[in-house]
Amino acid sequence: MTALLEVEGLTTEFPGARGALPIVDGNDLRVDRGEVLALVGESGCGKSMTALSLMRLVPKPGRIVAGRVRLEGRDLLELPVTEMRRVRGRRIAMIFQEPMTSLNPVVPVGDQIIEAIRLHESTSRREARERCRELFVEVGIPAPEERLDAYPHQLSGGLKQRVMIAMALSTRPDLLIADEPTTALDVTIQAQIIRLLRDIQRDRGMSILLITHDLGIVNELSDRVAVMYAGRIVETGSRKQIFREPVHPYTRGLLRSNPTLAQPGERLPEIAGVVPSPEEWGKGCRFATRCADHFDLCDQEVPELREIAGDRRAACHAIDGGPAGGGRS
Amino acid sequence: MSRSPGEPLLQVEGLRTWFPIKRGLLQRTTGHVQAVTDVDLEIAPASTLALVGESGCGKTTVGRSILRLTPAQAGRVSFEGVDLMKLSEAKLRGYRRHIQIIFQDPMASLNPRMRVRDSVAEGMRSFGIGRDEADRTERVKALFGKVQLDPGHIWRYPHEFSGGQRQRICIARALAVEPRLIVCDEAVSALDVSIQAQILNLLSDLQRDLGIAYLFITHDLGVVRYLADRVAVMYLGRIVEAGTTEQIFSRPRHPYTRALLAAAPSMDPDIRGEAPPVVGDVPSPSDPPSGCPFHPRCPEAMEQCERELPPVRQDAEGRVVCFLDSVVAPGAAESADPTGGEEFA
Repeated sequence: MTALLEVEGLTTEFPGARGALPIVDGNDLRVDRGEVLALVGESGCGKSMTALSLMRLVPKPGRIVAGRVRLEGRDLLELPVTEMRRVRGRRIAMIFQEPMTSLNPVVPVGDQIIEAIRLHESTSRREARERCRELFVEVGIPAPEERLDAYPHQLSGGLKQRVMIAMALSTRPDLLIADEPTTALDVTIQAQIIRLLRDIQRDRGMSILLITHDLGIVNELSDRVAVMYAGRIVETGSRKQIFREPVHPYTRGLLRSNPTLAQPGERLPEIAGVVPSPEEWGKGCRFATRCADHFDLCDQEVPELREIAGDRRAACHAIDGGPAGGGRS
Repeated sequence: MSRSPGEPLLQVEGLRTWFPIKRGLLQRTTGHVQAVTDVDLEIAPASTLALVGESGCGKTTVGRSILRLTPAQAGRVSFEGVDLMKLSEAKLRGYRRHIQIIFQDPMASLNPRMRVRDSVAEGMRSFGIGRDEADRTERVKALFGKVQLDPGHIWRYPHEFSGGQRQRICIARALAVEPRLIVCDEAVSALDVSIQAQILNLLSDLQRDLGIAYLFITHDLGVVRYLADRVAVMYLGRIVEAGTTEQIFSRPRHPYTRALLAAAPSMDPDIRGEAPPVVGDVPSPSDPPSGCPFHPRCPEAMEQCERELPPVRQDAEGRVVCFLDSVVAPGAAESADPTGGEEFA
């Protein structure tokens, strides 16, 4: 497979009381053409900020201080603002957890999409409306003709998310960034949206960067997985590798503490303690304070994300050699 | 105690909570949001009943109606044999001590300007627990230990704690008045998985050590399967199926229960949901469909389902409200081993 998006050393900082805090800290990512990469982690781990950094939409006072974001070889961080705007419209689209935040409440949803289409291509209103109707059919909106003239508040949560997906698809993007796309939805509606994203991805050969905290969604939708903890990617691998043989202690803990995989009556294996806030990040591994396998080196040095087998990476001193191994020298 | 050992701690019968829709200048009632209709529930002492359903199904209203935080129009809510619906406000206050509630968002249920010691001690003071303030402070410290928080932190403010720690404070506050039942309304839904596991373990420890029963209101089937002894499934204000957790997950009888289970994302890397999910959206509770509330979305709906509400079928397995089940079940019962029913007797 060929890489569509290659991210190297991406670092996004926010000012803190005692100096800048790297909320996204030197991360590498790759999304191939036609694949779904899941970026998974708990709240505050920096996964959404990573997505916003790729789009160059980091809210102030945050800023990208280092790294490259190559879309088919072209570094997006180097592009002039006007060209970046074009990339955001045509090449990369984004959907969010709460569709209402991205829909204008006083404009019919059809008009919002027609406007988006006409902003990016010179096409007549009638053609754009017809395209919009076709998109509504593709994303499974019943009675599409009537729904074009509906206002956002007249639609259910599931339909609003379908409208958002239609809007994202309207400019035929190569990459869809989906940030917690089903988190606000009920479980039966969530299942509908997962199936829809899977179908669209397959039919269009589009790539998806899925941002989520939910391992169930990761399993249902992704091809490859990157696990993020406290600003850094700690493990990457194929979906099956991550679920079957997670190697990083955090990934293992995350899977084991999920009640879906536990036996009723058995004690849930918890990850002790709490996620450290960016102010508490030390110079060592950020998971060390909660890690059962941690040893001296973990407090002193940040482990690099290293290849452990073909296309399988982990950032852990214990895997690199452990307390008795080369890690200590 | 005068109660017989098999008696439920809480028994809800025919609970109905409808909210009037008022329109126009005269604010005439033009309809009702039928949040909860004819709900029956039972919770045994020291057990967990999960009430599951999607948003708007009425599960939160059931919890609030049991505590009389939301007035119900009809029904019995008997707690240790006493009908809470018939009690005067003054008498009800005494019972509030026995039934506590914790919510999804601990920040919203803790006063941000109050030291957490005072939030936790508030209930004790109003129920006369503890000799004096110094004694209550000691009790708060002990409660902090019980919910695995640092007793040295009792004088802090809520914002000085993390989300998981704040939920522990809410649990400590509920425990402070020594309840026999805690209604947990999406109590772990907003927490990250690693923190959620800590709180679920804490809740099981407390049940084992203190014999507390839980009414666990949630949309998360993974949590239900792990935690609950029995499950009641709600759809559009009604309970459509109830049974043991084992039965609900391995032999769901209602098509909605089956749809709900099929829709839950799989965590098995060899299995992804492929079956087409149930179609459409949940209808509005202010204008529920005729007949069985699930019929517009039910893949097995028959003509009858549109016209009539299916009868409640209660048997050894549990309870189900579906025409299909009452058609299938008699035959199944005949073929069953006649001694098989004894364990339920």
